[in-house]
Amino acid sequence: MVTTGHARQLADRYDVTIVGGGPAGLAAAVGARDQGAERILLIDRDPTPGGILLQCIHSGFGLHTFGEDVTGPEYAHRALQQVLDHDVDVLTDAYVTDAAPDLRLKLMSPSTGVTTVDTSTVVLSPGARERTRGAIRLPGERPAGVMTAGLAQAMVNLHGRLPGRRALILGSGDIGLIMARRLTLEGVEVAGVCELLPYPSGIGRNVVQCLEDFDIPLHLSTTVVDIHGRDRLEGVTIAPVDDDRRPVMSRSTYVPCDTLLLSVGLIPDAELARQLELRLDPVTGGPVVSSTMETSRPGVFAAGNGVHVNDLADWVSREAQVAGSSAGDLALGRHRPLEDVHVTPGHNVSYVVPQTLSTSRTQTVSFRVKAPIHGDTILRIGDIHRRKVRAVVPAEMVTLKVGPKLLDGCAGDTLRVDAIPADQEEA
Amino acid sequence: MGDPHVHDVLILGGGAVGATLARALSRFTLDVVLLEAEAEVAFGVSKANSGIIHSGLHAPGDTLKGQLEYPGNRGWYRLHEELGFGFAPVGEVLVAVEQDELATIESIRQQGVDKGVPGTEPWSPQQALAAEPNLNPELAGAVWVPTAAVINPYEAVMLVADAAQRNGVRIEVEQPVVAIDPIDADQPDAPLTVHTPAGAWHGRYVVNATGLFADEVAAMAGVAGLTIRPRKGEEYLLDRRVEGLVHSIVFPAPRPTSKGTLVIPTVDGTIMVGPTAHEIDDKWDTSTSDEGAAEVFANARRLVPVLNERDVIAEFAGLRPVAQTEDFVVGPTERPGFINAAGIQSPGLTAAPALADHLVDILAHQGLALAERSDWDPTAPAPVRFAARSTEEQRQLAADDPRYARLVCRCELITEAEVRDAIGRGARTLDGLKFRTRAGMGRCQGAFCTWSCLSLLAEGLDVPITAVTKRGGGSWIVCDRDDRPGQDTTDDGRPSPDTTEDGRPSPGTAGDGQPAPGTTGDHQPEPDATGSDAPW
Repeated sequence: MVTTGHARQLADRYDVTIVGGGPAGLAAAVGARDQGAERILLIDRDPTPGGILLQCIHSGFGLHTFGEDVTGPEYAHRALQQVLDHDVDVLTDAYVTDAAPDLRLKLMSPSTGVTTVDTSTVVLSPGARERTRGAIRLPGERPAGVMTAGLAQAMVNLHGRLPGRRALILGSGDIGLIMARRLTLEGVEVAGVCELLPYPSGIGRNVVQCLEDFDIPLHLSTTVVDIHGRDRLEGVTIAPVDDDRRPVMSRSTYVPCDTLLLSVGLIPDAELARQLELRLDPVTGGPVVSSTMETSRPGVFAAGNGVHVNDLADWVSREAQVAGSSAGDLALGRHRPLEDVHVTPGHNVSYVVPQTLSTSRTQTVSFRVKAPIHGDTILRIGDIHRRKVRAVVPAEMVTLKVGPKLLDGCAGDTLRVDAIPADQEEA
Repeated sequence: MGDPHVHDVLILGGGAVGATLARALSRFTLDVVLLEAEAEVAFGVSKANSGIIHSGLHAPGDTLKGQLEYPGNRGWYRLHEELGFGFAPVGEVLVAVEQDELATIESIRQQGVDKGVPGTEPWSPQQALAAEPNLNPELAGAVWVPTAAVINPYEAVMLVADAAQRNGVRIEVEQPVVAIDPIDADQPDAPLTVHTPAGAWHGRYVVNATGLFADEVAAMAGVAGLTIRPRKGEEYLLDRRVEGLVHSIVFPAPRPTSKGTLVIPTVDGTIMVGPTAHEIDDKWDTSTSDEGAAEVFANARRLVPVLNERDVIAEFAGLRPVAQTEDFVVGPTERPGFINAAGIQSPGLTAAPALADHLVDILAHQGLALAERSDWDPTAPAPVRFAARSTEEQRQLAADDPRYARLVCRCELITEAEVRDAIGRGARTLDGLKFRTRAGMGRCQGAFCTWSCLSLLAEGLDVPITAVTKRGGGSWIVCDRDDRPGQDTTDDGRPSPDTTEDGRPSPGTAGDGQPAPGTTGDHQPEPDATGSDAPW
């Protein structure tokens, strides 16, 4: 049944079609099959499914999903093997260009040409894009050598070429931190990492293992204010920023470098979500979802970084498994749980996913804080759940599990999610 | 390279002027060579401007630029018919925000009427707002001119150059003029010899269409008295979500040195605002600035108040080559056979087709014999734009050639077949590929398609991937571990004359001669999830 990259006849109709074969899509396919759905199609744009995992050759993946620490490609391989074992149709080198409200998908691939498939349910797992130079309005010249950290990662890890010889990294997102280490190991001099915010955007472990262990300086509250070089980048001007994040030009410095990597955030890829006119969350940029990961359009599910940017692939797999099994349930005619509770970001919380919950099932609520709290922190969901943790930072996603017992009597309520320093919690 | 043969005409410069002249000359049985300094045609002034085919109103009728403006406008309509580049006849609305600007815009309208521009209409504020609801509701009045249009200047110039090449004009890139042999007192009418790093080129006539460098090239020919100063214009491109904000080009009442900040619906449907107009000294300075952005948006908001700087997705700056007269400097010079086409600032893009005809007349007047070719083909098949085709046509394209079913750039829906076609037509760099196909121009700005584009370029040009550049010269993109990139470039970053044989920077020379693994149609992985304790 499996067709990785080879021509094959697509079925006329699928129960569940999954668009995007990264960790989200792979887990969704397994979830749908485990639920009993028969005709499942996984569509991936690359010759091999796995998504961005394939270029993440470092370890640190899979502790939750596979119970051991593996690399990105190993994680992808195991997830793909599960899909193959579950006898799912896989169409690679394929791209879904259009999605109609009646769930007819238009796709193109060299093996199928331009064609359509009809599906009872769809899981969107398109992943995220990196923010670009244009998005952060970096002034200056436009030489070669300015690129996103993810592109540099693909160059080095997938294609065996280097993006340059001396790099500065703007943004302390995890990709940027990982690339600081990766480039150093490849013999590229990394001049430093600049972060506009007063705290790192990547997770703490990466700051230690990727920067501190390699003596790479991290310049907090600092940004790039000018780019120099006619053909190839020759250097950048960096400057510290004041409390309003405005550069203090009198304290600017010139940093010679031939490469500037941008690690300034990810945005869910919402092209198909927009075509399907799904309700989008203004903070995440991805579709609003229920506890079953169903979007505002019945039959359309979503999972992974296309919904909100996760900090762990393991969480993506977990969430996508819910999306896939829910899509399978719906395709088989089973009833949805009643989504009778709303959750909304409260104090120091930027977003909450999913945006609705069901009093009849156990579900995971994921959210991120706006500003770090160093010290004991109270995490609250309405007045039904309260947990004390040691600290929270925006770089690390927070997850809380809630079930029928806790949600009993909450039907119709809107629950605020708060993150508050323990010593400031009101009674 | 170079050529001992004496050509009829050497055109120096492959911008709008050089390309349209090359095509105009291709009608005749002539031996014409176009020498372009950069890696591809349209990489200089013609690459970075507002992309407007002006209505014909703006330049005074007693200037050469004023006389060529409207005929040039007609010329672009014809070129579009023949060559099929992107073209949108959107018209223009010239807006008087204040009462005291009404007289100015009416005098400009009258200037256009006198030049024969048809269809102009004075509009009341109500008429203007009915047509363009997002205009400043306080406006005093407007003028409507239907003849204005927009193009992608690089795409149009590249296709015009392609058409010239199809009809026999030879185009050589990376041929910056470094010297021109002095006049021979015994034989003042002898052919001119033009030197580039690659060799010597001989021409009975030489047309200087070198944009910002026309004064330096003229001086090499012994022609004094020309000074070209760059006048910078910054432009800001907005996200597609503000598509439709304006339907026609919105002009303010003009100022002495510029037509002011415009709000432009581009041929791709997006909105662009700009340009600024500031005299600078450095002919290579195309940087943008926070001050430029602030100025553009402050001015543009006078016309369209809802414009927001936060919608910017890309920005660039271009340089207008301005002669001291502020007019075009076109014609024969004291050097026999050396003809200037200099100072081609706004409305230079618009005027180019008419200027080309004007130059042909000048050449004929100077003694160039013009015999029409019987086999001249004014048309050329336009590149397929897959995304713009109907689903049925897309199915057929993909059925005939599966490379139409393999996506390279997902933001703009560009297929492998289109990329290969562009390389076949002469794309040699990442920017050139982008300008021809739009691959890398969308939201992700090339984060996903860059590697596929590099691989296809390396394969198509038969060079190692390390030799592929962003826009020629020292603009290398990737290197190997043992490379020492940039060492063969001079201090100013331009390739030095003793660079590698073909003018490439050193990263290419240390390549292994093989394209990188998985080149053909090799796609970047989908960004399906970050993931991990250590996500990327």
